[in-house]
Amino acid sequence: MMRFLRWFLGFVVLGGLIALIIARPAPAIFYPDLPHTGFVVRALYILLLAGALCMYRIIFGPTAADRIVAIDIIGILIVGFCAIVSIATNRTWYVDVGIAWALQSFISTLALSKHLEGKGFDE
Amino acid sequence: MKAKLVLFVVVFLVWLGLSWSVDVQHLVVGAVVSLLVTAAAAGMFRRTPRLLKRPGRYFYFLFGYVPLFIWEVVKANFDVAYRVLNPVLPIRPGIVKVKTDLKSDLALTFLANSITLTPGTMTVDVDRENGFLYVHWINVKDPDIEGATRLVAGRFEPLLRKIFEPEEESE
Amino acid sequence: MSDTLGMVFIGIGLFFDFVGCLGLVRLPNVYNRLQAATKCVTLGTCSILFGVFLSMGFVAAGIKALLCIVFLVLTAPVSAHAIARGSHRSGIRLTEKSVTDAYAEDDEGEA
Repeated sequence: MMRFLRWFLGFVVLGGLIALIIARPAPAIFYPDLPHTGFVVRALYILLLAGALCMYRIIFGPTAADRIVAIDIIGILIVGFCAIVSIATNRTWYVDVGIAWALQSFISTLALSKHLEGKGFDE
Repeated sequence: MKAKLVLFVVVFLVWLGLSWSVDVQHLVVGAVVSLLVTAAAAGMFRRTPRLLKRPGRYFYFLFGYVPLFIWEVVKANFDVAYRVLNPVLPIRPGIVKVKTDLKSDLALTFLANSITLTPGTMTVDVDRENGFLYVHWINVKDPDIEGATRLVAGRFEPLLRKIFEPEEESE
Repeated sequence: MSDTLGMVFIGIGLFFDFVGCLGLVRLPNVYNRLQAATKCVTLGTCSILFGVFLSMGFVAAGIKALLCIVFLVLTAPVSAHAIARGSHRSGIRLTEKSVTDAYAEDDEGEA
C-alpha cells in the first residue's frame, strides 16, 4: 500500500514536471536568439531533469558502486546534451566535445572500477 | 608488418571520418598521427590481419549480426521501460552461469557485449579457461547451466561462431 | 522532412534516457541499476545522436555523430562489465529477493 502511494507520488511529481516543461514555453536560458529553439530547449530541460535523478543517486547512494554507476551514466547523458546543443546553436564543434567526453568518461569509469576492485591503477 | 599496415589504414580511415575534408593539411597531419598511433599500439593488435582473409564473414556480420543486435537492443529497452514504470517492480534478479564454446578473445568480447545490451542480462565476469560466463539476469527463468545457456547465449553464439571462428579448422 | 525525422529520433532518445535515469533511482541494487541505466541510456543517447545526424545531413558534424554512436556502443557495455565485476569483488551482495548467485558459490569454492 505504501509502495503504491510512493509510486503515485513520484508519478505525479515527475509527470507534472515533464508536463510543465512540454506545455509552457520554458525560459530559454540556452542561446535564446537562435532558430528552432522551442523543441531544443524542451529537450535540454528534460535531459537536465534526468541528470538531476542521477545527481540524487550520486548524493544519496548507499555504496560507492552506486555513485560510480551514476557518474558513468551522467557522462553518457552529457554526450547527448552536447549533440543537442550543437544543433541548437549551429556550432558543430560541440559534437567533438561529445566524442572527447565519451572517451574520457569511459577511461575514468575503468579507473574507478579498478579502484573499487581494490587494485592499484598500474595493473 | 602486415598487422601494422592494416592498423594504419583503419586509423587513417577513422581520421578521415573525423575530419571529413580532403585537403593537403588534413591528410598530412592525419598520416603523421596515424603513424604515431600505429607505432604506439601495434603490439596490441597482432592478430588482426587474419580477419581479412575471408570476406564472407563481413557479409554475415553486416546482414546477420547487426540487424539481430539492433532488434534485440530495442526489445531490451522496451523490457526495461516496462519493468521500471511498473509500480510493483516485477524483478527476480540473480547471477547464472552460462557455458560457451567460443575461444578467441574477439568473439568472447562480442558475445559479452551482446549479452550486456540484450533483454534483462548483463555479463559480470568471464572465465576463459573453462569457457563460462557469469551473467546477471534481472528476471531469472532458469537457474540451471543448460537452460540459461539456451535462453541467454543461444541467439548469438552460432552466428558469432560463423563470423569469428571458421579459421580454427583451416589452420 | 529529415528535420522532422531527426526530431522524432531525438524524442525517442529523450524518453529512453529519462526511463534509464528513473530506473537508476527506483531499482533496489547496484546490479539492477547498472543494467537498466546502461541499456536505456546507451540506446537513448545513440538515438539522440542519430537524430542529430539526420537533421544535419552528410557534413562533418553528422559523420562525427555516427562515429560517436560506434564509440558508445563499443565502450558502454565494457564499462558496465568493469563496474559489475569490481562491485562483486568488493563484496556487494545481491538483494534478498534474488534467486541464485552462481558467481559467489564458485568464488567460495576456489578460496
